[in-house]
Amino acid sequence: MELVDITWWNFCFRWLHILSGIMWIGHLYYFNFTQTPTVPKIPAELRPAIPRFIMPEALWWFRWSAMSTIVFGLLLALMNGYLGQAIILGIGSHSAHITDIGFGMWLGTIMWANVWFIIWPNQQKVLGMVEVPADQRPRLARIAGLASRVNTLLSIPMVYCMAGVHFY
Amino acid sequence: MKNPLDSLGQTVALGFVLTIVIVLLIHAIA
Repeated sequence: MELVDITWWNFCFRWLHILSGIMWIGHLYYFNFTQTPTVPKIPAELRPAIPRFIMPEALWWFRWSAMSTIVFGLLLALMNGYLGQAIILGIGSHSAHITDIGFGMWLGTIMWANVWFIIWPNQQKVLGMVEVPADQRPRLARIAGLASRVNTLLSIPMVYCMAGVHFY
Repeated sequence: MKNPLDSLGQTVALGFVLTIVIVLLIHAIA
């Protein structure tokens, strides 16, 4: 095997794309399935540990794994030559394969934008990394929480499209 | 009316419904 073997690089980007995606969606599911339902049950004196210690660390892995997932995914699509067709959902190509991956890419991209442009900017204010009047924090936490729920919803068809691509 | 996204169960159920819609769209487009 040559080091520059294009097939190997293709596999390598797919591997890194999937690893990053597990890190990203793993954190998303941790927030939605574990942390959010459990916080109200934590004794009040222990609760500050979540925003002070766990959230900043978890949000770092969450947003940067979202970034590396989309970067490796786009590189993969470029390398395989279907990026342009996938963006237009394969319309006119008569390829269910391209339409499927196109839907997956759009869902993933919406989720990535949600992380970087809605969840993270609002969480920075909620956690006090960016100063805002304290009375605004509940509203900003609500916006971030809803965006996180939207991503949980979208992750279900997104993973269907990504993992099911070989059925089409 | 309560927001369905406030319920984790309803969020997941909507995710499955959206999956079915997208599968139908894939077949309709391709």
